[in-house]
Amino acid sequence: MIKLESKIPEGHISEKWTNHKFNMKLVNPANKRKYTVIVVGTGLAGASAAASLGELGYNVLAFTYHDSARRAHSIAAQGGINAAKNYQNDGDSVYRLFYDTVKGGDFRAREANVYRLAEVSGNIIDQCVAQGVPFAREYGGLLDNRSFGGAQVSRTFYARGQTGQQLLLGAVSALNRQVNKGSVKLFTRREMLDVVVIDGYAKGIVCRNLLTGEIEKYSAHAVCLATGGYSNVYFLSTNAMNCNVTAAWRAHKRGALFANPCFTQIHPTCLPLHGESQSKLALMSESLRNDGRVWVSKNKGETRSPNDIPEEERDYYLERKYPSFGNLSPRDISSRAAKEVCDEGRGVKGGEAVYLDFKDAINRLGKKVIEERYGNLFEIYETITGENPYEVPMMIYPAPHYTMGGVWVDYNLMSTVPGLFILGEANFSDHGANRLGASALMQGLADGYFVIPYTMGNYLASDKPSFEKTDHPGFEKIASEVKDLTNKLLSIKGKRTVDDIHKQLGRIMWNKVGMARNEKGLNEAIKDIRELKNEFWNNVTIPGSGDDVNQTLERAGRLVDYFELGELMAKDALDRNESCGGHFREEYQFEDGEAKRDDEKYNYVAAWEFAGDGKWNLHKETLDFEYVKPAIRSYK
Amino acid sequence: METRKSNGSGSDGLSLKLKIWRQKSSRSPGSFIDYDVQVSPDASFLEMLDELNNKLEAKGEEPVHFESDCREGICGTCGLVINGHPHGPLPKIATCQLHMRNFKDGQTIWIEPFRAKAFPVIKDLMVDRSGFDIILEAGGYISVNTGGSPDANLIPIPKDVAGEAFDAAACIGCGACVAACKNASAMLFTSAKVSQYALLPQGQQERYRRVQKMIAVMDELGFGSCTNTYACEAECPKGISVTNIARMNRDFVSAKFKSKEVEV
Repeated sequence: MIKLESKIPEGHISEKWTNHKFNMKLVNPANKRKYTVIVVGTGLAGASAAASLGELGYNVLAFTYHDSARRAHSIAAQGGINAAKNYQNDGDSVYRLFYDTVKGGDFRAREANVYRLAEVSGNIIDQCVAQGVPFAREYGGLLDNRSFGGAQVSRTFYARGQTGQQLLLGAVSALNRQVNKGSVKLFTRREMLDVVVIDGYAKGIVCRNLLTGEIEKYSAHAVCLATGGYSNVYFLSTNAMNCNVTAAWRAHKRGALFANPCFTQIHPTCLPLHGESQSKLALMSESLRNDGRVWVSKNKGETRSPNDIPEEERDYYLERKYPSFGNLSPRDISSRAAKEVCDEGRGVKGGEAVYLDFKDAINRLGKKVIEERYGNLFEIYETITGENPYEVPMMIYPAPHYTMGGVWVDYNLMSTVPGLFILGEANFSDHGANRLGASALMQGLADGYFVIPYTMGNYLASDKPSFEKTDHPGFEKIASEVKDLTNKLLSIKGKRTVDDIHKQLGRIMWNKVGMARNEKGLNEAIKDIRELKNEFWNNVTIPGSGDDVNQTLERAGRLVDYFELGELMAKDALDRNESCGGHFREEYQFEDGEAKRDDEKYNYVAAWEFAGDGKWNLHKETLDFEYVKPAIRSYK
Repeated sequence: METRKSNGSGSDGLSLKLKIWRQKSSRSPGSFIDYDVQVSPDASFLEMLDELNNKLEAKGEEPVHFESDCREGICGTCGLVINGHPHGPLPKIATCQLHMRNFKDGQTIWIEPFRAKAFPVIKDLMVDRSGFDIILEAGGYISVNTGGSPDANLIPIPKDVAGEAFDAAACIGCGACVAACKNASAMLFTSAKVSQYALLPQGQQERYRRVQKMIAVMDELGFGSCTNTYACEAECPKGISVTNIARMNRDFVSAKFKSKEVEV
């Protein structure tokens, strides 16, 4: 019987982490090299964890399916990273960042985790600057900040529109330094296909070497997964082509509970769809909403081009509905508002897009200032669409972007499988039902630089886990299961391509488990997903063999897990009879269309235990809000 | 898709003749194979290849292997030589940012992998660029451990210096500079990282040691020498400047006088 123990330390919220750090056991420096730790994924969380653990002296094995650690999708984050430095003297503090994040997450996050995140946020900036990350600066040479959605202070640090790139290159530089020293061994082009659990403890992983097709086994005293989110279940998302849920999902099937899978973030400022062949949706940074104004026509079925629509016939709907936050309203609220006006038939040319207009900002500040702030984003927009946003308003529409749900972890970031730690977007812990802008980078680096180095030591020193060699029957069994799965996939030899089926799954998910959900649609989704899964196992075609590079096989293996995850997302959404954050159930809304949360019944984390194909048991972790009292989340 | 209406221009498709380099593995010989495709002008270049691959897979044939990930021009995974140009005919974009509206109906397009001794072909259009990481492992970092860093604002850096460091740091490690260079030199890549740290106050402690170590490894890996043709800068998707090469050369010479730490 699984027991959910969040292991939140005692004491006042501002002292929990400090006390816990003192109370945790330490591994003495000479003993650290006797411990081997596996880190899967080299994004912000994985690279920072592997580097920091390597610096401490552990023997680290780091894995990525990319050709280089630097390619992880953290690299594509544009806008910035939050930190409670209060450099702007505008009233920011650790407590305010904590408060904003709990409120922004619609009171579905664990307070203690969020407070710790806010507490270490300042150290992250110090660390990155010391590494040589070229953040934006003022003329006086000090760091510059900007504002992001869901906050009334300027606490976002940035490096032009490429903050994720610069932070990741910083973390990867620290990783490279450890690789050079020999404390980290980096394995590229390896896809983790299973976690090895022996006698209830995580003891290693099984990977596919993507160049040779070989199934490889690696053992360790503990395993960390920092393998990102699952937005690609929708096929079209802002995630990179290779982002997938496989590592986290296979861990789930080995006993790690999966929490709040229905909490997905649909980002309001993405480029609209151009056609059938579209492979992904491009994100335009939320920072654009600092100066851009979002609007649609007041008329249904508007056919005029935007510059011909007079001012009095425009509806700046975010400013109208949410006057205090306006265009900087949080992501879930802005996305839903866009859907609403498009559903009313007031989207661009009656379709699914709204305008993001810089005309007023250009008139107020001049084209040069706008170019300085957003030049590269405007260029990206023009490259993709062929339109010049200095002259014609941008067109945007929401797209799947981030997943707040993920593998359940306790305060130490350990899953329900002892020795298996989950970091970054792959875990569920900090963002509740909605993540605020510029908080993903913060969480990834907090987990990797400042949390896991402490909690890993505590696990190793307290549990003293054994080291099992890869010829242990437990490893052999799982490796052969992985090989069987590969062979089974290759033997189907049907008619439909992997992408064709994945696109169909994406449509089911977007239409029925997307921005707005209802009971009927969710039940249909579960049925549709099962049918499609059956179709896949009987009719997919995967050319080539398993003995060399086979990109179709890689994608097929990931799709296998999306069917199961998709079903659980629908099941979780069905179970949660309330609307909160990114989870909007049409049955639960106020008359004005705002989300109706039900704190009496749903003030819990839904942690699902895998119980065989299509079956899950629900465990609940009740959330205590001792400091930020749940209230209707108003941005009006 | 059903509920997601396209806002594309809706203009007619393009008919194109593709000549794509196919190569089974690093050991087998490769050749150009012809494919005819129809594609929307709003599609990206890689989406065109996706569509071609989808058709090939439906026929049970192996798709054209190429690499890509973010499709926003920042991860540096993609990189094809298109009609003789790394990342295609337009300046300052990666292959994934190239859109089909830049091609003419009926055009023939030659698609090849990056070609350099230090970047062996893995399969079709995939190449091995791991040499870049080995260069960075040799010294592409500032040696600070996690924790214990001073407050970020204790190190003021003039805005223009930070900007210049950023320009160098914007390198995406795609390898187009090597593919563009007749000598397959990695000087632009290496100098971008050397410059980022040479410009910043945090990078001064290891400035000369770093440049010596990184250049030594770069030479060992079989990258060629720089003969100042500037083809690298012309093809760089991020517009990394050759001034960085000059800065690295200057530091490399200075290092001979200033640093005793590294034996090269």
